Amino acid sequence: MKTITIEMSQWAAGIAKLKDAYRVWSPVRENDYHVFKELNKDALPDLDFSNTRLSAKQAIYPQTQKMFEYTLDESRPDHHIMHEAPDTTGPQAVIGIRPCDAAAFLLVQKNFNTPQYKDPYWVKAYEKTTLVGLACNNPCSTCFCTSAGGGPFDEKGLDVLLVADKDQYLAKVLTDKGAKLLDAAGFKDEADAAGAQVTIDALREKADAAINSEIATDQLGAQETLTLYDAPFWEEVAFACINCGTCTYLCPTCWCFDIQDEVRGHNGVRMRNWDSCMFPLFTLHGSGHNPRDTKIHRVRQRFMHKLKYFVDKYDDGIQCTGCGRCVRACPVNIDIRNVCNQMNRFGTCPA
Amino acid sequence: MLQYQDKIQAIAARLLKECKVDLVIGFRRGTVPMMNEPYVARTAEQTTNLIWDSHCGINLTNYLTDRKEKIGIVAKGCDSRNIVTHILENKIERDQLYIIGVPCQGMVDKRKIAQAVNGAVDQVIENGNEITIKGPAGDKTVTKADVLQNNCSLCKHRNPTIHDEMVAEPVAEQTDIDAYESVRAIEAMDIDAKRAYFEKLLEPCIRCYACRNACPLCYCPTCFVDEHRPQWVGKSTDPVDNMTFHFLRAYHCAGRCTDCGACERACPVGIKVRIFTKKLEKDCLELFGWEAGLSLDTRPPLDVYRPEDPDDFIK
Repeated sequence: MKTITIEMSQWAAGIAKLKDAYRVWSPVRENDYHVFKELNKDALPDLDFSNTRLSAKQAIYPQTQKMFEYTLDESRPDHHIMHEAPDTTGPQAVIGIRPCDAAAFLLVQKNFNTPQYKDPYWVKAYEKTTLVGLACNNPCSTCFCTSAGGGPFDEKGLDVLLVADKDQYLAKVLTDKGAKLLDAAGFKDEADAAGAQVTIDALREKADAAINSEIATDQLGAQETLTLYDAPFWEEVAFACINCGTCTYLCPTCWCFDIQDEVRGHNGVRMRNWDSCMFPLFTLHGSGHNPRDTKIHRVRQRFMHKLKYFVDKYDDGIQCTGCGRCVRACPVNIDIRNVCNQMNRFGTCPA
Repeated sequence: MLQYQDKIQAIAARLLKECKVDLVIGFRRGTVPMMNEPYVARTAEQTTNLIWDSHCGINLTNYLTDRKEKIGIVAKGCDSRNIVTHILENKIERDQLYIIGVPCQGMVDKRKIAQAVNGAVDQVIENGNEITIKGPAGDKTVTKADVLQNNCSLCKHRNPTIHDEMVAEPVAEQTDIDAYESVRAIEAMDIDAKRAYFEKLLEPCIRCYACRNACPLCYCPTCFVDEHRPQWVGKSTDPVDNMTFHFLRAYHCAGRCTDCGACERACPVGIKVRIFTKKLEKDCLELFGWEAGLSLDTRPPLDVYRPEDPDDFIK
């Protein structure tokens, strides 16, 4: 596939043009951090960021999603009948997503899009989304993507990879979807592919070398599940945890949700909202029994799911892309890198 | 700070060796700059992990709720006030505790530090009132007073109000502080402006409940937002539900909040949630002359009835 050169001077006009054909999501600065937002007519992406506070998952998997609508007004013939919430949105583009967040969609896909079960909301949204990645020239000190199956220039899950090089972007086209998007934006200046790759490779090597944090995952699959579950270190890991949902809500790979009905007047909606394994309510049974009624149960679940059950179920790495958000945002410094390393080396000779 | 740390470790080791306590709750060094982890030392050897610096902002009283052991706990001014509140509310017994009092000089706000170097922070070095920040963009030295958490800038109770042993002589308390400037600004708004202000303030809320869970006052077995038969509050981030959560939580803290700042510190999206509790703190001070957590001998205003109460509605 080809590589397109985008001069910074062309950028604004291209994004404006893109908005005719796509809903455009990108990082914007809010208060003292960046978040992904759908851009309004005149807004431009703000790509001067290391990573967004929340991941890009909300572009495909919103925190609240309306599934059905209904009326309780018995004078209407369709009262108490669920109607699928209309989805009138067209194609969307996520501009400036980091490779870690794009790779996360591929992990989440294992849950939402399987041969047996397809989550129609997630699948539809994913299919109509074009992901334009922005390579990380300056990774954070808490990034560990290179030991979580990715890298700052990783192309997995992306349709286009933008590489910022001085006063231009080199846009590496990775899929037909990506080619179509660049075309719609009017970005057409084809670069010398070999020359561009040399530039990209040099920047990638520099970025890879800047990642100075890593996790070990090689023994996770071999660990005996119940032994790991009963490991004594969970008590120490969980002590500081306050059981808030920060880690799970900021995580690009956490996919759990809860379905709720809400009625105002006669109008009802059935919606789904992000939920979190950190919350006691998440597992509370109708009987009143809660199988995860202590903090240790819940903390262990989060790490066991990402780093053991997922590994065992899919045999394709861990359910983490090393974005480091949970490490940066945890109010009490519970660090998944330490927990993963403890899990990995558990029971092995400390030599 | 280093002297504090040595003293904390020595006291903790002594308490554990003499079996005066079963465990000591304090902080250990975090894995990223400006973050320390609440930590429990159970042996004298483990007490060497206990640290103290200007990043110990989480309120450790949170870790005392309903514990049954004999506990040593490191407490700065606000923690000690919350310990008093915990004792008054029967969440822990006074004689279960050995309180290691730390005269506090304020905790730094990691957001202000990050802003000072415009982004990433590799290391933060404290030297008295100076803080040197090292980052990819270079080094910068700032005055600690300029990067304090807002609640620490406004604090009038830096010294523990209750303790069994102090790690150092008390520090001078801050005086001539106008603690309620931000509250008055909102009180002066008309009703529409207030609503607009609160909607904007809470717009980023993702309902992760980090503020609630970091708060030592929020120990209800089931929080009202988690009640589901009936369910009082919606689960989405609808502005009305967000406001319901934040407003009601604040009211539950009336007369109890010590302005420790744990809520604001924990918020992943930087919402200044203290504005709500600050208003109630101001009301309690003006209406009842009350500040939470100063003494074990007085019941909080909202859990006593006085026959001479001047208000008619209560009679």
